[in-house]
Amino acid sequence: MLNYTIRRVLGVIPTLILISIFVFLFIHLIPGDPARIVAGEDATAADVELIREELGLNRPLYVQYITYMKGILHGDLGTSLKTKKPVLEEIKNRFVPTLTLTLFSIFWSVIFGLLIGIISAVNRGKWQDYTGMFAAVSGISLPSFWLGLMLVQIFSVKLGWLPTGGYGTFKHFILPSMTLGAGVAAIIARFARSSVMDILKEDYVRTARAKGLIQKVVVWRHVFRNALIPIVTMVGLQFGFLLGGSVVIETVFSWPGMGSLLIDSVAFRDYPMIQSEILIFSLQFIIINLIVDLLYAVLNPEISYR
Amino acid sequence: MSQRTVREVAKPNENEKMEDIRTPFSEFWRKFKKQKTAIVAALFICLFFITAIIGPYIVPYDVAEPDYDHILEGPSSKHWFGTDAYGRDIFSRVIVGARISLAVGLSSVLVGAILGSILGLISGYYGGWIDNVIMRIADVLFAFPGIILAIGIIAILGPGLYNVVFAVAIFSTPMFARIVRGSTLAIKETVYVEAAKSIGTKDKRIMFKHILPGTFSGIIVYFTMRIGTSILTASSLSFLGMGAQPPTPEWGAMLSSGRDYLGVASHITFFPGMAIFVTVLAFNLLGDGLRDALDPKIDN
Repeated sequence: MLNYTIRRVLGVIPTLILISIFVFLFIHLIPGDPARIVAGEDATAADVELIREELGLNRPLYVQYITYMKGILHGDLGTSLKTKKPVLEEIKNRFVPTLTLTLFSIFWSVIFGLLIGIISAVNRGKWQDYTGMFAAVSGISLPSFWLGLMLVQIFSVKLGWLPTGGYGTFKHFILPSMTLGAGVAAIIARFARSSVMDILKEDYVRTARAKGLIQKVVVWRHVFRNALIPIVTMVGLQFGFLLGGSVVIETVFSWPGMGSLLIDSVAFRDYPMIQSEILIFSLQFIIINLIVDLLYAVLNPEISYR
Repeated sequence: MSQRTVREVAKPNENEKMEDIRTPFSEFWRKFKKQKTAIVAALFICLFFITAIIGPYIVPYDVAEPDYDHILEGPSSKHWFGTDAYGRDIFSRVIVGARISLAVGLSSVLVGAILGSILGLISGYYGGWIDNVIMRIADVLFAFPGIILAIGIIAILGPGLYNVVFAVAIFSTPMFARIVRGSTLAIKETVYVEAAKSIGTKDKRIMFKHILPGTFSGIIVYFTMRIGTSILTASSLSFLGMGAQPPTPEWGAMLSSGRDYLGVASHITFFPGMAIFVTVLAFNLLGDGLRDALDPKIDN
């Protein structure tokens, strides 16, 4: 197991390097002179030269890359063009709201997704199955921003039960996490249905039935437990989907997280900020994938840790 | 469907008559026509195509001309979906918007499919270090949540519909590359490819004439499903102000401009959102149906 863990962790390194190169090149891919972009539209030629010197933009690319990586490893992600503050400071404040929102969403989407998936699988071909699966395919097809606005329309504007947006109390979490989780709940439901149906075909399920266990016991003790292994993997992978979704949802609900920061930065052309945000989003995603892989190995006794 | 597609060797079946010859297409059709939802979805998509083509010529109102006497009106017999903050007819704008959504969805997936297929073919056919490099890059692209990758690309290129098409195409590419690579690895080993090689056929011809057609059935399901996702992503980007700009009657952009009137005129956001939802749903249902019909393991 230790060997496997080490191998998986080391396996991430090439991906990390590739991503860091992509992210580093980002500022150079923008049409125009990077020094002028950083300096701003109305900077004088002398200012631009000063910034070029300061940021080392006149040095060869590989030197710039090494400097950039050194900075990152020391926690220096550059300075925001908008606020003139260190990027890291800005991102730090935004990290927790996005993380909590994501956790909330995954929590309830797992519960609903599993429930719908299991009910559909057990009642295969009956109305419960059709209803559940139609709800699931609808959930995948819903534009999340629209769902969010419609929920606001019903629960905030019409009924006045919940706030239209913002961050703070538990009530603020309900609508954004429901909106963000809907798509994931749908994906989990579809996936859970097919995994449960696979397990239902197994010999040990037939044995359990043959020895006279009631449906409830068969489903929960024998089927559900075994179906859980692939589902855990699936749930982990959905984290990335949620991170992406947060960009849209946070804008709808004026949520002070990473996603809305990214949108603001793009609108303001705050390139150092965009660059670091993309880096952090992909880091998160890689770390989550790694954890999921390791978790899968722990959960699944069949996997060999060569 | 190509005649070259590898056909499953029919198992001897007593119930089957000898003259009941099953081509891959008739096999597909036999399974597909049993799926009522997928057929309804397919019909809806036909309607959507027709709307996209003739829509701009049949709409009752001009989509850009403001009418300040009739602003923010709810749905009525004159304006089926109501009017927006400039008094423009939302029904007409939704109909004209179908063309934009279809064009963006279709072209971005097409570009992604072409790029991905070429990369997948090269990767699977040649193997070795080329395969390693292509698949590693595909993994990295795959690792990005799609919309964040798209936003990154738009941050570089600037907002606009063409850039949205490009951004969405880029993140469709890795999956097509994987699918085509997988099929290529299998087809590469078949006898007819071996035969083609032995008579000295050039690699390029083998790849595109002999292998590529065999990968189509795998691509087509993903292609259909991807159109839905792409329409969704493109409209999200327009909603965020990165794609189509107002006054273009793009569904996501219309929704975005309706946000400010949520309390007084929710129909401005309701109908464009509904249009996105129903369209994406239709593509997803069709994709599900195609998948079940093309999957040799499923036999209903």
